[in-house]
Amino acid sequence: MSKVNITVNGKATSATVEDRLLLVDYLREGRNLTGTHVGCDTSQCGACLVMVDGKAVKACTMLAVQADGTEVQTIEGIATDGNLHPMQEAFRENHGLQCGFCTPGMIMTGIDMVNRHGTDLDEKTIREDLEGNICRCTGYHNIVKSIAAGAKAMAN
Amino acid sequence: MYETIYARADSVSDAASKMGSAGDGKYISGGMTLLPTMKQRLAAPDALIDLTSIGDMGGVDSSGRSVKIGALATHNEVNSSSALRSACPALADLAGWIGDPAVRYRGTIGGSIANNDPAADYPSAMLALGATIHTNSREISADDFFTGMFETALSDEEIVTGISFNAPEKCSYEKFRNPASRYAMAGVFVAKHADGVRVGVTGASQGGAYRWTEAEDALNANWSPDALDGLAVDEGDMLSDIHATAAYRANLVKVMAKRAVAGAK
Repeated sequence: MSKVNITVNGKATSATVEDRLLLVDYLREGRNLTGTHVGCDTSQCGACLVMVDGKAVKACTMLAVQADGTEVQTIEGIATDGNLHPMQEAFRENHGLQCGFCTPGMIMTGIDMVNRHGTDLDEKTIREDLEGNICRCTGYHNIVKSIAAGAKAMAN
Repeated sequence: MYETIYARADSVSDAASKMGSAGDGKYISGGMTLLPTMKQRLAAPDALIDLTSIGDMGGVDSSGRSVKIGALATHNEVNSSSALRSACPALADLAGWIGDPAVRYRGTIGGSIANNDPAADYPSAMLALGATIHTNSREISADDFFTGMFETALSDEEIVTGISFNAPEKCSYEKFRNPASRYAMAGVFVAKHADGVRVGVTGASQGGAYRWTEAEDALNANWSPDALDGLAVDEGDMLSDIHATAAYRANLVKVMAKRAVAGAK
């Protein structure tokens, strides 16, 4: 067992955890932040994407102890003052989801794309950078549209 | 995942000493291969020694043609280094084709090399670039480092600290990606050095990454994709699985090599 101190969505958290506990289980079961999903559990689908020190990582492939001392942001932490984050709003406006299971990861990866490439994202970049996010409903078309629109909205 | 204990090392010597006192420990950096393997219970180390807090073991440095990359440099850092992109663009490109963006934030060049997965990209580049692998106790040429599938010259407690090489005049990497996993079904790194051509192949052989010396001889005589036309890759050495037969992979190696020569810059 190890003690971890992780800032989650701006709030200091601390717990004594089994060393083998995955970050995604710490968030979902330890902090009740169930917006971060477990899809494939094999690092492929991206439903568990969270920001760790500003970078989108797969929380199913990171131990909670590895995240000790970091700042983690989950889907629950991106809205401000009751207003959806522009990337969330873009998914709502553009019908960027059907069942919604992959959506938290899609939104985090969209924000990460803006962090890496800026707010003017072309379709090719978005499709390439969706490599690590799987959606089994939409065929991706509206997800690509949503991320492009969300990125533009983040410029304002 | 079976139970394990985790410890963060703050220096290379601290890591080696922690490993020495563990029963059956493993070093971990990004963990992009090790953690999924542990989750499948294919690996069960009783201790994980985390190397990522060790200082002076990351970064990508390039001055002139001399390139040094710290073991902890992530694929994302290798991919986005402008200094590396001007010295050896093919290696920067290669890093950008590993996994996906989230994996590239975590996975490291040192971890990839030390694991020597038969479908990993970096080993082919290390062979073609004639790289030197630096560890906490010695320097090993890439030719001597990769000794077979998932096998390297590393001893149990030895730690890869970085790699170095002199950038070639021209180089290129071509990878035929498995349509589902994106792992290399055949990847060929071609480098034209002042003193000769080197060709590294990954993803295809039962023995892991290897140098295709017949192609090197042919390209030394005639630096052109056509120089490879008369060569045949031995199917007997190739991997064969549900994704591709040995014959298919043998052909892919040649096709990727020709494309790499055509695209070298």
